[in-house]
Amino acid sequence: MEKIKLTIDGVAAEVDPGTTVLEAARSIGVRIPTLCYLKGVNEIGACRMCVVDVGGRALQAACVLPVSPNMTVKTSTPEIREARKTNLELLLSTHDKKCLSCTRSQNCELQRLCKELGVEDDDRFKGVQNVYEVDDLSPSIVRDNNKCIVCRRCVAACAKVQNVSVIGPVGRGFKTQIASPWSKSLSETACINCGQCIQACPVGALREKDDTDEVWKLLSDPTKHVVVQPAPAVRVAIGEEFGMPMGSRVTGKLAAALRRIGFDRVFDTDFAADLTIMEEAHEFLHRVKNGGVLPMITSCSPGWVKYCETFYPEFIPNLSTCKSPHEMAGALIKSYYAQKAGIDPKDIAVVSVMPCTAKKFEAKRPELSNGGLQDVDAVITTRELARMLKEAGIEFERLPDEDFDPLMGESTGAGVIFGATGGVMEAALRTAYEAVTGETLERLEFKGVRGLDGIKEDTIHIGDLDVNVAVAHSTGMASKLLDMIKRGEKQLHFIEIMGCPGGCVNGGGQPIVPADVRAQVNPAQVRAAGLYGEDESKAVRKSHENPEIKKLYSEFLGEPNSHKAHELLHTHYTARPQY
Amino acid sequence: MTDTEIKQATREDQFAKLAAAIQNHKGERGALMPVLQEAQSIFGFVPQDVQVAIAKGLDVPLTEVYGVATFYSQFALEERGEHIIGMCLGTACYVRGAQKILDRLSSELDVKVGHSTKDGQFTLNATRCLGACGLAPVMMIDDEVYGRLTSDEIPAILAKYREPKAS
Repeated sequence: MEKIKLTIDGVAAEVDPGTTVLEAARSIGVRIPTLCYLKGVNEIGACRMCVVDVGGRALQAACVLPVSPNMTVKTSTPEIREARKTNLELLLSTHDKKCLSCTRSQNCELQRLCKELGVEDDDRFKGVQNVYEVDDLSPSIVRDNNKCIVCRRCVAACAKVQNVSVIGPVGRGFKTQIASPWSKSLSETACINCGQCIQACPVGALREKDDTDEVWKLLSDPTKHVVVQPAPAVRVAIGEEFGMPMGSRVTGKLAAALRRIGFDRVFDTDFAADLTIMEEAHEFLHRVKNGGVLPMITSCSPGWVKYCETFYPEFIPNLSTCKSPHEMAGALIKSYYAQKAGIDPKDIAVVSVMPCTAKKFEAKRPELSNGGLQDVDAVITTRELARMLKEAGIEFERLPDEDFDPLMGESTGAGVIFGATGGVMEAALRTAYEAVTGETLERLEFKGVRGLDGIKEDTIHIGDLDVNVAVAHSTGMASKLLDMIKRGEKQLHFIEIMGCPGGCVNGGGQPIVPADVRAQVNPAQVRAAGLYGEDESKAVRKSHENPEIKKLYSEFLGEPNSHKAHELLHTHYTARPQY
Repeated sequence: MTDTEIKQATREDQFAKLAAAIQNHKGERGALMPVLQEAQSIFGFVPQDVQVAIAKGLDVPLTEVYGVATFYSQFALEERGEHIIGMCLGTACYVRGAQKILDRLSSELDVKVGHSTKDGQFTLNATRCLGACGLAPVMMIDDEVYGRLTSDEIPAILAKYREPKAS
């Protein structure tokens, strides 16, 4: 393909046809400011922050302007800087500027641009302000339209990435707001709580429901024995909140930090991920042998599970009955561990640290309980834990590496990779292969299910079985795959679906990566590399070889899918209304 | 047939017409606008269940249907009154005190702008320029134009449209 030559700020550039001026400028080291632009998701030229001069009558939006031969672009003339400043001042004129207490302070794209362009809040356009009620009724997501700049990045993430579409522009002109039909709370809509809208938001208009107060309360309650468990994806992301490079592996520091802020036991959701594999792999083999419903679909991702219940209820029988790993851990902490430690389960509180906002909703599901006690008492996201650590004055990057506590703290490489798309499938195949054939699996990596293609497929030979597997990530991709199955185009046996693009590493509760960084690197890829690295570094890489898992079955559960396992580790699903 | 049965039958009939309209436009680009327009003419307004039916029928998100319905002022989300009042808030009318008259209308009818009275007799709207600036301030009730208004004239004008109270 012939390259297109153009000049940007006097510098010659050569780019592929179809490249936007924004990307072309980036290729020669010029970052044109943006607000509504989210690469591949929201490219609508609405906010006019990226205006440039290409010699025409009016300034043009660089994010939607394709390059043309011999174009001469100016990205920073006095006129351009003035236009951008005015835009910012107009946005600020109806923005709730409580920056000091905002969760996005110092990671806010609006705040950053104001600083870079020297825009003060001098009330130049003081006038009528829209005042909105904050929607904090959802257990997962808070929407505060007083901070919203109506950029529509959340709308695009909800519709285009997730195929959920519960938010959109409502009304017209100055009174336009992003809301659900009839201004219903997110909690009354088909919202799947995935939090991808939070990841898309440039400001603090969308954030997780903050449960840190509840956790602080538990930690200071002398009658409570508080047990914590972090998910796989947290250990390759939380370092970013403390200025460490994206995808840094900080497993040991994470365990140390949790101990420092006062948790009585520090277990690992990775242990429960290994357990999930034991239950799920055997459930799958049972379905294959006994003519059960196939394809079986994984059920670890609560965003995906609610999506299935709401938009594809006909696939509920296909969902694995396995609870998600942290719920399995919660059920066992209040039974197996309680018994071993001689503590009344009523006095135990389980806190999960998750990359996920949907886990907050999941933990409140009435069916995920035992003897009147919820399996998990509180869920905080990676971001909330980072805030708690900062509040407690813990210098995370200087902590020593520590281990998780024994009994439910040991994990294998198979449990670790749960956090990346394809990881659950790969882990399940490692165990299913050896369970069926009785042979040792030589090559542990199933590369066909790794990576960031939206839908991945492979056929795995397990003894006499040819198992057709597929992996989809983001509920948008899940819906594509399920539609193909409905049309009879796919004959599959086993499917992994994760609600978020890239899997849990890019979950709605993970550190927020600004749009201009996302345009260059995919956090899902970088963080997943951290998880695969941890897998390789582990001596034990197959769930069924985890010594603590063996002990759990021999001393407590019996066999995978035993009566006791079913009682504690399996669940059921409910069809939910879409409107 | 009882009143409720009649209402039920009419409603079923209206939804059958809506289904036909959806079938007519399904698969077209931009089918949502014409279907919403037809829905409005069938039902007189586009309430929640009608919008849900359109979303299901056209296989578009309800959010999109609601977004379009709230963007264009021609769509009514609430049942409209028997008489539609349009008070002009164009520049000429505005500078000649249209806001005062609108406020008077609102208080006489005990209804907020954009809504309908509880008895279903009136809907009060504020409109853009009606093109009769020489008569400012101007309002329309149904197809009748009233010009050079003062707020004291409002009760008498409204009285002409009010149904006599059952005695």
